[in-house]
Amino acid sequence: MNLILVIITAALVDNVVLSQFYGLCPFLGVSKQVKTAAGMGAAIVFVVTVSSAICSLLYNLVLVRLDLTYLKTIVFIIVIAALVQLVEMVLKKVSRGLYVALGVYLPLITTNCCVLGTVLTNVQKEYDFLTSVATGLGASFGFTLSIVLMAGIREKLAHNDVIKSFQGMPVVLLSACLMAIAFYGFKSLV
Amino acid sequence: MNGSAILTATLVIALIGLLIGLLLGAAGKIFAVKTNEAITKVRECLPGNNCGGCGYAGCDALAEAIVKGEAKTNACPVGGAAAAKAISAALGLPEEDFVRKAAYVKCSGSCDKTQFIYNYQGANSCYQVSLAPGRGAKACAYGCLGEGSCAQACSFDAIHILNGRAVVSKEDCHGCGKCVSVCPQHLIELIPYDTKYMVRCFSQEKGKKVRDMCSAGCIGCGLCAKLCPQSAITLSNNIAHIDTSLCTGCGKCAEKCPAKVILPA
Repeated sequence: MNLILVIITAALVDNVVLSQFYGLCPFLGVSKQVKTAAGMGAAIVFVVTVSSAICSLLYNLVLVRLDLTYLKTIVFIIVIAALVQLVEMVLKKVSRGLYVALGVYLPLITTNCCVLGTVLTNVQKEYDFLTSVATGLGASFGFTLSIVLMAGIREKLAHNDVIKSFQGMPVVLLSACLMAIAFYGFKSLV
Repeated sequence: MNGSAILTATLVIALIGLLIGLLLGAAGKIFAVKTNEAITKVRECLPGNNCGGCGYAGCDALAEAIVKGEAKTNACPVGGAAAAKAISAALGLPEEDFVRKAAYVKCSGSCDKTQFIYNYQGANSCYQVSLAPGRGAKACAYGCLGEGSCAQACSFDAIHILNGRAVVSKEDCHGCGKCVSVCPQHLIELIPYDTKYMVRCFSQEKGKKVRDMCSAGCIGCGLCAKLCPQSAITLSNNIAHIDTSLCTGCGKCAEKCPAKVILPA
């Protein structure tokens, strides 16, 4: 029960994109089509969840015991970069179309703050292993949810007659603002 | 300083790195994708500037298109004849003729030739200047704005602004056509590299007005069109245009042009 609460908190209340403003780069960059947005979300879910697990283990079993906690950022980045490499290889093999559609944003997950942010927050709040994994899962599902919603909105926006000065990014950013305000409503959920 | 702490830190990071490296190496073997050898071969023949001059997203995309047969082997404007030959050889296809092209700026209005109607102070981009009253400070609304958006777009450093006018260095130009799309005046044209003569003006004003504005403008007299033995020159909208496919380069038009605006390309 507690873990479900953790997941819901991470996904909706502390949504990485819309209430913590992490990972805005892929949120705006890959949200043109629902399909690619969902692919990006799936890649993020994998990377964040697995890196939460590995980093939590590494931090508690290795870094804390050897008194090397100051190395956490470097170690976490190595782990994340390796996982992104893995995702890239798998995607290239399994779905070439998605690999091309994600383009530069796929390797950019490496430096995406929503990944490192989640992992570092886990450590900062001294979550245990299971809570870390649950937070990672929730946060990445929250990211996927917001990017897919955004892509849906943008697909509809493309067919609308937008005022010239608002065409392109401005209207997208405005929609993102409204979404963030809507997500603010989840604050009292947990 | 604590020596052993430094040592453990180094060791831990090195070990983690090694472990991850080994795992990734193994994963690389498992998920290895067989890339089409022909695509790799064609890609090696291409210059790798990723300029997009061919109309594809980059050299990789063009290589794929060539192998699939969607693009011709001479599709790369930058690699030119050498690349076309190498690709044809790599794929065992018949060779395609390659016409080397170069960008040409249809304006001679340098600062000493064109009148200025005011002093422009503002953003240094041709597009911004083109929005200013009268399409920029130069009296001629058709001429080069001289802010160098084309020079910025050029990946080969082949365009420079000299005396308020864009000048293409023909030897450096690879004919990718990036400058053509950024010029708000539509002054730049891709012409065959060995073109002999071009009209270096794009003004569509009547003769007298051109004379008032610029000492190097085409006044649309039509003398060249009458003189040309090949009928390669046509006059429309008060501007002469040479059809490069018909021009033999005899030079009669350049000799007689009263405005001296037909110049060796």
